[in-house]
Amino acid sequence: MMIKLDLVTKVYPDGTEAVKEVSFEVEAGELCVLLGPSGCGKTTTMKMINRLIPITGGKIYINGGDSTKMNENELRRNIGYAIQDIGLFPHMTVGQNIGTVPSLKGWPKAERNKRAEELLELVGMNSGEFIDKYPSELSGGQCQRVGVARALGADPPILLMDEPFGAIDPITRVRLQDEFLKIQQDIKKTIIFVTHDIYEAIKMGDKVALMKEGQLVQYDTPANLLYRPKNEFVEDFVGADRALKGLQLIRVKEVMTSSLPTVKADEKAEAARERMEQEGIDWLVVVNDDGKFLGWVGKAELGKGELVKEVMNSSAITVTVNTVLNEALSLMLSSGANNLPVVSKDNRLQGVLSFDIIRKALTEVSQRRQSE
Amino acid sequence: MRRRVILIGLLMLLVGLTIWITNLEWIKEGVYKPFTWGDIMSATISHLEMVVIAELIAISIGVPLGILVTRPGLRRLATPVVGGVGVGQTIPSLAVIAIMAPLLGFGLNSAIVALFIYGLLPIVRNSYAGINNIDSAIVEAARGMGMTRGQIARKIELPLALPVIMTGIRISTVITVGTAELAVLVGGKGLGLITLTGVFSMQPLTILQGAAPTAALAITLGFILERIENSMTSRGLKVKAAMA
Ligand SMILES: Nc1ncnc2c1ncn2[C@@H]1O[C@H](COP(=O)(O)OP(=O)(O)O)[C@@H](O)[C@H]1O
Ligand SMILES: [Mg+2]
Repeated sequence: MMIKLDLVTKVYPDGTEAVKEVSFEVEAGELCVLLGPSGCGKTTTMKMINRLIPITGGKIYINGGDSTKMNENELRRNIGYAIQDIGLFPHMTVGQNIGTVPSLKGWPKAERNKRAEELLELVGMNSGEFIDKYPSELSGGQCQRVGVARALGADPPILLMDEPFGAIDPITRVRLQDEFLKIQQDIKKTIIFVTHDIYEAIKMGDKVALMKEGQLVQYDTPANLLYRPKNEFVEDFVGADRALKGLQLIRVKEVMTSSLPTVKADEKAEAARERMEQEGIDWLVVVNDDGKFLGWVGKAELGKGELVKEVMNSSAITVTVNTVLNEALSLMLSSGANNLPVVSKDNRLQGVLSFDIIRKALTEVSQRRQSE
Repeated sequence: MRRRVILIGLLMLLVGLTIWITNLEWIKEGVYKPFTWGDIMSATISHLEMVVIAELIAISIGVPLGILVTRPGLRRLATPVVGGVGVGQTIPSLAVIAIMAPLLGFGLNSAIVALFIYGLLPIVRNSYAGINNIDSAIVEAARGMGMTRGQIARKIELPLALPVIMTGIRISTVITVGTAELAVLVGGKGLGLITLTGVFSMQPLTILQGAAPTAALAITLGFILERIENSMTSRGLKVKAAMA
């Protein structure tokens, strides 16, 4: 458990109860979105984690330790911090900005420079071109990137991001979201990400904490939030209806993955394991000699027999290229499968539809509608 | 660049004027004792002396005062302090100087105290504004990254406020050079002696002998301080100014 909030409460000196007994846990490597309408206490909750705002009730544990017992500056130097207004230091170069925390931690100059170069490249900026520029010479999108790079400065295990892509145009925002997700796959930080945008939340979050008037209403995966809303507030806020209608407009063939590794039913289980390792995945689709879909095999089951067909799960739940996405999604939810095979009329395998693909389609539809 | 040419031209004009008047033969034959080169030089030096001393005091009190009232616990004092210092400037300079004589007696000290009070406002006001107008997101980001209060003050707030503070010092200095003309009334020295002699004896050329070097002094000091201000300002802040 990287971050744990236990009945966290914040009453401001003027009596405003901004956060009321909020509890949730974020696992290492997870991206947790704090979502909710403006004024519901997202920012307050986030800032209590790095103690920019003192907590008035409950406890916050970072990596098992009570955060109030730690030195606050030490704590903050190990928690990356990126905000909507970015707050780049205008009198410092991009390189110096990114090197802020490394410099506070006493890294030698050469190391700070090297780190700044790496991070600029990571966020998609040419380090040679930008490292000596000043913030006033950058575009809004570039500033946001530098802000994220600066938050990653000393490679902190935890990142706090408060509407980091909030102040930029929708097209750039989508690009930054995509890029950031790609980066996160590599760096695997534990992230608290604040947004009031449900689509951003669904797209970015492993978990979403939906808040209302200082209270945590539902803490769940994006899928459950959308399709298993706890109450009417959640339903209204996520607009599940609207989202589903958007999915009705898309067919499987538009979004499915068509090239995927398979294994034949009478191959050896060892062969399947090798293929999984090559591809870096932990499951394979099983087909017969004619390429017809038979079922799945997972890495965990491989040891249970000699041949693939002895250990595979045969499955009858499939979709076709013309299935609409909302039907595919309800199949997924009712069967509990994260992936559905796409087959032709004669059961020949044509591709696969994953939950991630649907989720991506969902955000794209929604964002397209928003901008229309 | 063009500004600099104009400034230097103006400066040469003022100095030329002073030289021309001082060298006129007939002025020396007038009723009043004319001012010589030596008089003008020593008056300029004592003028500069008064200004520098008064400014040094104003800076060493005004800058910390302006900055202090931006600090969390002392913010309540900002309005009374900046406003109170401002009252000094709403009183005409002549009155401020005149008040000093009965309070502190005639002499150089009275003059310097009056100049210091009168020069304080731009310094306090700009020091306060320089810090206070820093984008709060910048300070928040610095806090969020784990900078201590002292580090934020030294590495973020001061460098960002410095250009504004320096502007305050420059404005104050230029104003004080002018105000110092009146110092002679309470027993101070400086170019005011020449100018006021000219005024009371109704000799326009004598007035110019005092006024022209005073203006030249103001321009020169303003120019030097502007250069210092420039060299202390981060390039990142200038680029912004150029783009805005
Ligand atoms: N410094 C403060 N003093 C008093 N009330 C505050 C302060 N900061 C925020 N609030 C109030 O606390 C509530 C939650 O604010 P915030 O956490 O910023 O919400 P969000 O980030 O979800 O928009 C709001 O009602 C806001 O007005
Ligand atoms: Mg907020």
